[in-house]
Order: sequence, then C-alpha cells, then structure tokens
Amino acid sequence: MTPPDDPALVRVLAADGTFAPTPEAEPYLPLIEALTDAELETFYRDMVVVRGFDRQATNLQRQGQLALWPPSFGQEAAQVGSARAARAQDHLFPSYREHVVCTIRGVDPVDIIRLMRGLTHGGWDPTDPKNGNAHIYTLVLGSHTLHAAGFGMGLVFDGKCGTGDPERDAAVMVYYGDGSSSQGDVHEAMVFAASYQTPQVFFLQNNHWAISVPVSTQSRVPLSRRGDGYGMPSLRLDGNDVLASYAVTKRALDEARAGAGPRAIEALTYRMGAHTTSDDPTKYRTSDEEQSWARRDPIARMRAYLEGRGASAAFFDGVDAEAAAYADDVRVRTNELGTIPAESMFAHVYSDPHPLVDEQRTWLAEYEASFEGGQA
Amino acid sequence: MSETMPFARALNAGLRAAMAADDHVLMMGEDIGRLGGVFRVTEGLQAEFGERRVLDTPLAESGIVGTAIGLAMAGFRPVCEIQFDGFVFPAFDQITTQLAKLTNRHEGAIQMPVVIRIPYGGHIGAVEHHQESPEAYFAHTPGLRVVSPSTPNDAYWMIQDAITSPDPVIFLEPKAKYWMKGEVDTAERAASLHASRVVRRGTDVTLVGHGAMVTTLLQAAALAEGEGTSCEVVDLRSLSPIDYGPVLDSVRRTGRMVYAQEAPGFASVGSEVAATVMEKAFFALEAPVLRVSGFDVPFPPAKLEGQFLPDADRILEAVDRALAY
Repeated sequence: MTPPDDPALVRVLAADGTFAPTPEAEPYLPLIEALTDAELETFYRDMVVVRGFDRQATNLQRQGQLALWPPSFGQEAAQVGSARAARAQDHLFPSYREHVVCTIRGVDPVDIIRLMRGLTHGGWDPTDPKNGNAHIYTLVLGSHTLHAAGFGMGLVFDGKCGTGDPERDAAVMVYYGDGSSSQGDVHEAMVFAASYQTPQVFFLQNNHWAISVPVSTQSRVPLSRRGDGYGMPSLRLDGNDVLASYAVTKRALDEARAGAGPRAIEALTYRMGAHTTSDDPTKYRTSDEEQSWARRDPIARMRAYLEGRGASAAFFDGVDAEAAAYADDVRVRTNELGTIPAESMFAHVYSDPHPLVDEQRTWLAEYEASFEGGQA
Repeated sequence: MSETMPFARALNAGLRAAMAADDHVLMMGEDIGRLGGVFRVTEGLQAEFGERRVLDTPLAESGIVGTAIGLAMAGFRPVCEIQFDGFVFPAFDQITTQLAKLTNRHEGAIQMPVVIRIPYGGHIGAVEHHQESPEAYFAHTPGLRVVSPSTPNDAYWMIQDAITSPDPVIFLEPKAKYWMKGEVDTAERAASLHASRVVRRGTDVTLVGHGAMVTTLLQAAALAEGEGTSCEVVDLRSLSPIDYGPVLDSVRRTGRMVYAQEAPGFASVGSEVAATVMEKAFFALEAPVLRVSGFDVPFPPAKLEGQFLPDADRILEAVDRALAY
C-alpha cells in the first residue's frame, strides 16, 4: 500500500489541515489561491451535506427501506474537488459510489435512492439539464469507461472541444476505482481515448479495497503509472485533500477541453465504510488501518483549514443544520416513495414497438385482471 | 431502378446510402477503412466519407462496441463491423449488459441506434472462430433486434433500415453469400426489416430458415419438386422479433414444417420457432415440426464442415420424415 503521506503526491493541506503544499503541488498553487472564501466554504458544505445523506441512506437500508447502499463515506474530498472542477458543459460518467459527484451536478439524491430501493435500474435522465450532464450509474465495473471514451470521440468528431473557446469546449470525466482498474474495458478505454485524443479525464479513486481484495492484488505499481503507459499525462494526488483534488482535476479538464487529449488522475483515498451494506470489512482489514485513515479524514482536514482562515462557528453550525435538513428531507421523501406498476417493466425495452413485448404486456394485464379484485 | 450485384456490394451500396442520408452515421471496426474490410464490404467508404466517419479502430471488440455506445449517447449512429462471428465474444458484455439494456435503464430517455454487423456462418473452409452461428445468444437477449438478410436486395435495404432503427440491431451477414449475385432494386423498398417472407410457394411441406440456409432450402425445394413434393419456403429474415404471420399461414396450409439452420440445434432460433408453431398451429399439424441443424458440437475443423452443415440432402431427409407421419 502506498504511504498516504508520500510527499510525491500532490497535496496542499496536511492531514491536520495546515497549508503545507508538497513540491508536486507547487504548480497548482495559483489555482488554489484563486479560490474565493465562498468557493472554499462550498467545498466544505458539499462534503458535509453529502456525508449526512450517505449516513441517512445507510440507515434507511438498515431499516429495510433500501435493498442496498454503497457508502461514499471517506471519499468526499476526491469527489467534491473533482466535480467542482468540471464546467457545466462537461459530461461526468460515475461508477456507482459517486453520490457526491452526482448530487453536486444536480441529481436529486432520492433518484439515487430509487435505484437502490429497486424502483428503477437508472434513476435520472442525463439529457435533462437539471441533472448537469451526470450520467447514470454502471454496475458492471469499468464498462462505462468505454462509454465515456466514445462520448469523448463524439465531442472530437463534432468539433465540441479544442476550439479555444472555454465557454463552449466540453470534456468528459469518468470515475472508476482501484478494483475496476483491472477490468479489460478500462484498458481498452485508455487505448481508444489515446488513439482518438478524447477530451477526457480518467479519475481513479483508489480507496484501497475492492470489497475484500487489497489494491496490491490489482497492481504492483502505482495505478497512475498505467495512464503513462497509454501515453496520457498521469497525476497522483492525496484524495482526502479537496484542494488537491480540485486543482489537479481543474487543470486536467482545462487541458483536455482545449484539445490536449486525455489525462489520468489517481486520487489516493479510503473507503471508510463498508463496500456496501452487505459487506463486513472486519473480515479483511484491521481497525488500526481504519483508525490511521480516520486521522486523515477529508472533512476534519478542511474544517481545520477553514477555521485557521477564520471561518466562524456560525458557519459550521449552519452547514451542520443544512446537512441535517437535507438528510431529513431524503428520509421523508424515501418513505413516500410508492411502488411501480408491473406494466412498467415492458415500457422501455425497445424504443420502437416490439410484438413479443407487447403481447406479453397484454397477457400480464389480462392475467392480473382475471383474479378477484384485479390483482394476482 | 434495378441492378445486378453481389451481396457484399449491395451491402456496400446500402451503407453508402445511409451515410449520405445522415452525416452522423459512422462506420467503425478493424481494417474497414483503408482495406475496406476483410470481405471488402466497406470498400471505398473511407475514401468517400473520410477518416472521421469510417474509423479503423484499435483491435479491441469490447472497445469498438463500448465506444459506439458512447458515440450513440453523443448523437451518432455507429455501425460496428465485427470481423468474424467468433470474435464478437470479447464484446459480448458490452452488447448484452450495456447496449441491450441502456434504453431500459434510462427509462426511455435515451435511444441506442447502434448496428453491429457480423459476418456469420460456415461454407468458407476457414480456421476456428471464423464460421460460427451465434444468433441465439443475441435473439435471447431482450433489448436487441436481430436480423439476417439472405439476398442482395434484402442486404441493400435491411442495412439501411437497421441504421435508421432507434434500437440496437445485430445484423448477421451470411458470409457464404457475399459473392452471390442478385437483382437489387434501389427504387422500391424491400419488405420491412422484421417481416418474414415466402420465397417459394408450395403445398406439401413448409421449409423455414434464415441466412445462408435459405439458398439451401430453395435447392432442397427444387429437388423435392422433381420427386413430386411441393415445398413452400419461408425466409425468416428477422430473428428478433420473429414475424410468425407468413410461417403460420403456410403451416396451416401444408400441415408440415422443417426448420433449417447452421447453428447447433439445442436452444436455437429453430427451437423457438418450432415451439411457437406447435403452440399456435397445433391442430393444423400433420407431423411434428422438425429441425435440421448444425450438430451440438464446436464447429469442426474445416475439412468436416460438409458433414456438419445442413445441406439439401439432410433437409430432404427431414422432409421425408415429416411426410411419413
């Protein structure tokens, strides 16, 4: 396992929140210095609010309201920094743990809940502007990295990047993890991205565990070096430092959008929770390890930094209250979610009519109606 | 306007027409640009439409289909060429877990107008993985449409219809027929993409099949006529959905049916058609529906393909059995 305090990483904030840029972070400092207090506070608010939502969703699963929940607990800085670095016209392809990324882009958290409750296989419409070009989750790991590469090829072919107009040029960012990094599709995506010079950032959250298998089983070299092998500039950052995540991603996206081709980023972070609510991390990792990462918590780090800059207690109290209200709202609306009609399973199998599907829809309706009271 | 041309050139003409009609139709695959494809189906298209519309992709089938999905999300209509049937399997995950399901997963918010062209079937004496008939895998997958033309005219029209479909289409090209010449009417559209079609009228036995087997069925029907048996031949054309109308009409008149296919018979398209005909035309049947298929073994070394693949004699043997009931 890579020492998380490795000075070769891009890191701006030390684990205790002091401003202590590593040598690798020096080139990014102008981007950090350009951030306003309001933006810094937004980063903090994002992390706290979505952690509250994530905890609420975990509890809802425990109460039987959800089939499953994959917690984002611990990975907030990697997700907030990268998502806040994207521009409105960029397209983001999440894996399945990017609750922070998606909600920042505008996705209703209850739409993620609907997926995990068994009401839909998707949850939101990525073509609806309110969802900020956040695409839906993909559960077959790594498959979506190819979709993102293809989308990036489309941007190239349509002349929607590399024009030099930052208001118009678009990029694609795809999120994946250390486990997914072993999937062949990820490698093929890097080949296609490099060949067609897609305006794309491969954002790898190395949370150190693919369910129970450590990252050392996925790779004997730092995963960022994989990107180098495909001819992409590759960067490694402290994924629990929201400022490092923001600055590195911002530059990578800006370069990609401008036509410089794909980039790879590895954010070293840690999955503080279980893989999903069905998992038991005590079977494969030690509490010493978890404690060592708890000391590098992304939210505590940013809070200490903001306190050092003079943020008021009222600000932090306000964020906590906002997070509590957000989580309450999710709970209330989750409990109000109804069920879905059986006929909906036939609705969007094809875009054009399909006689077999139509026949079976009709059959099921008649079968259901044949029972007393109209229900099987 | 009618012109005689080989099947592969009819496909080429259909692809060219589709590309001319919509500038977001693009071709992608291995060796399809400069070389024109190993069967030359895309010959000349890169020279005419440019490297951004006819892509010589990296050699990675999952990558081809996976990026085609992303291109479709970005508003393109990609037509992927898989070089040979046996090489589609590296892309099987992208086709079955992604392409087939993405419209459903998005609750209809996006469409997946992706065509996957696959040269399939035997008769060319090639090495392993180059002569297979994988149609049942795709026909079994909800969300996919699966078609297979058997004539140059159908090739010309069906490829264009597949490209304008909003749904993913697995387009199976019977490679044994690439060099078969036929009339192509570029003015009058062929039957719709998913229609089955009676290609020979007869009264005693209904012969049904798809792809290269349609030619073999017609040969068998001609031979049977010499022996006094009148066979009707139905070209299924579409394997998902299946247009049962002409099949059932025919079986209700003849009372007997034989299905011919190169694929192994177990859990095959022919099995599905046989079961449905039995369910829907039971009282019309004078004999069980019989299947003539490839054997349930891996496609054998090429020297044995003559014994593996159904031919007119094996079809006639089944016709005799059907008549003996």
